[in-house]
Amino acid sequence: MRIINQFPTRRSRLILGVVPFAAIAVIYALASRIRLEANPADRLLPAFSSMFDTFVRLATEPDRRSGDIVLWTDTLASLSRLGLGLGIAAAIALVLGIMIGFVPKFRATLAPLVGAMSLIPPLAILPILFIVFGLDELSKVALIVIGITPVMTRDLASRVADIPEEQIVKAQTLGASSWAMTLRVVLPQTLPRLVASLRLALGPAWLFLIAAEAIAATDGLGYRIFLVRRYLAMDVILPYVAWITLLAWLSDLALREFAARAFPWSKSGGGL
Amino acid sequence: MSTVDVQNIALSIGGVPILERVNLSVTSGEFCAIVGASGCGKSTFLRMLLSQQRPSSGAILIDGETVAPEPTPDRGIVFQKYSVFPHLTVAGNLVLPADFASGSPLARLFGARRRNARAAAMAMLEKIGLGPHADKYPAQLSGGQQQRLAIAQALSMKPKILLLDEPFGALDPGIRADMHELLSGLWKETRMTVFMVTHDIGEAFKLGTRVLVFDKIRPDGGKAGPAGATITYDLKLDREQRRARALAGAALVAAAPARTANDA
Repeated sequence: MRIINQFPTRRSRLILGVVPFAAIAVIYALASRIRLEANPADRLLPAFSSMFDTFVRLATEPDRRSGDIVLWTDTLASLSRLGLGLGIAAAIALVLGIMIGFVPKFRATLAPLVGAMSLIPPLAILPILFIVFGLDELSKVALIVIGITPVMTRDLASRVADIPEEQIVKAQTLGASSWAMTLRVVLPQTLPRLVASLRLALGPAWLFLIAAEAIAATDGLGYRIFLVRRYLAMDVILPYVAWITLLAWLSDLALREFAARAFPWSKSGGGL
Repeated sequence: MSTVDVQNIALSIGGVPILERVNLSVTSGEFCAIVGASGCGKSTFLRMLLSQQRPSSGAILIDGETVAPEPTPDRGIVFQKYSVFPHLTVAGNLVLPADFASGSPLARLFGARRRNARAAAMAMLEKIGLGPHADKYPAQLSGGQQQRLAIAQALSMKPKILLLDEPFGALDPGIRADMHELLSGLWKETRMTVFMVTHDIGEAFKLGTRVLVFDKIRPDGGKAGPAGATITYDLKLDREQRRARALAGAALVAAAPARTANDA
């Protein structure tokens, strides 16, 4: 039978999915052991056990200098920047996206601007943000917002423009004003796409967050990784990367579950 | 319950004539079925009656007044698809017009007025046989149920004119017969003026009091360049004739493919 027609069962799908993860773990463990046998002080590929010990220490013991428990202060700082950035970006993208997608005159005015903005590499204007907003929280949040808003806006505008014309005409024959259609026809059908758009923006948002924290911060997950890089502390960096990945996966899962519950009528809410 | 006068309208898009010399006078309460080959402009004509498309020249009058330049509640519409709102429940779709009419800044009724609107919607749903489905979303309904809802929604504004753009084109023949019954019942009850575009000639003769055939013809015997379509047959049907014509319609259906092939 052709390979495109061979479907794994539920159980074999699970096993097939686990295999690559297991393979990576085994290869790492072997490589780590080989290096540690040659040089017990090797820092490049720490054993799983030492990474676990370090992670537990970071998660439970207060830092000697600041007295904070490092992992949680870093996580809180990063997540609040990320959440604020995503929230502001979502609000701006929703308003602009509906304006551009629904009102021809706003489209003529705003679409070229958003198109041009989306081509600016956000990291290139990071120095400008530091100069304008200073080195504190605002510039980091601003980088996330500037980095993801143009793409989200374009995505939402095209989703709004994709709402079948039949629906818009029908709403007019039912006596709806432009504002009423915006509230009752366009906005509710755009919200599932907003959540989907946020899920896609999570990756870039983390990228911009870590970049900003690496350059100027006193706490945060990205700050910590770049701080300990000087000591080649792979036993901190690798668990931090895993921790960030876990947080990103959990926020994606939360958004997906939210969409499935809040928009039961929507395919893009339930699916994807 | 309104007259419609179409005065010599023409439409060309990018220099290509789509429709030309379309003249029509429809008295109140007529049921006009519009048939013709694919691409002959019958749906475009309906779009113009709805002000979704504006004619290049000529005028459309309802009760002697020029129609508004955009869709308004005096003309109801049922499309073949996308006609109901997928994010609202069946009942929500029928409450929506009342929400729009409320004039509230949130475009939504609250409290007792909302309960009244919901009760009216439920009464309508019972009448069209969708009572048990009030809290479902349109995607959970069959095609026929969705079109019942679309018709009920269009009628909720009590339009002067009801426009139907191949409303039953995607339905099974059995369901289609049920829909014909529903539509003629509602038409007899409201005495609205109806325009229905259809591919099904039998359906046109069964439901219509008047059948309009759109086609492209050249009165001057063939100058160079394309011609726009116009009304080539305008058949006013007596009630007694309609049954016989429905039978004849079946023969026309058989002849239709040949005709389409000639046009192409």
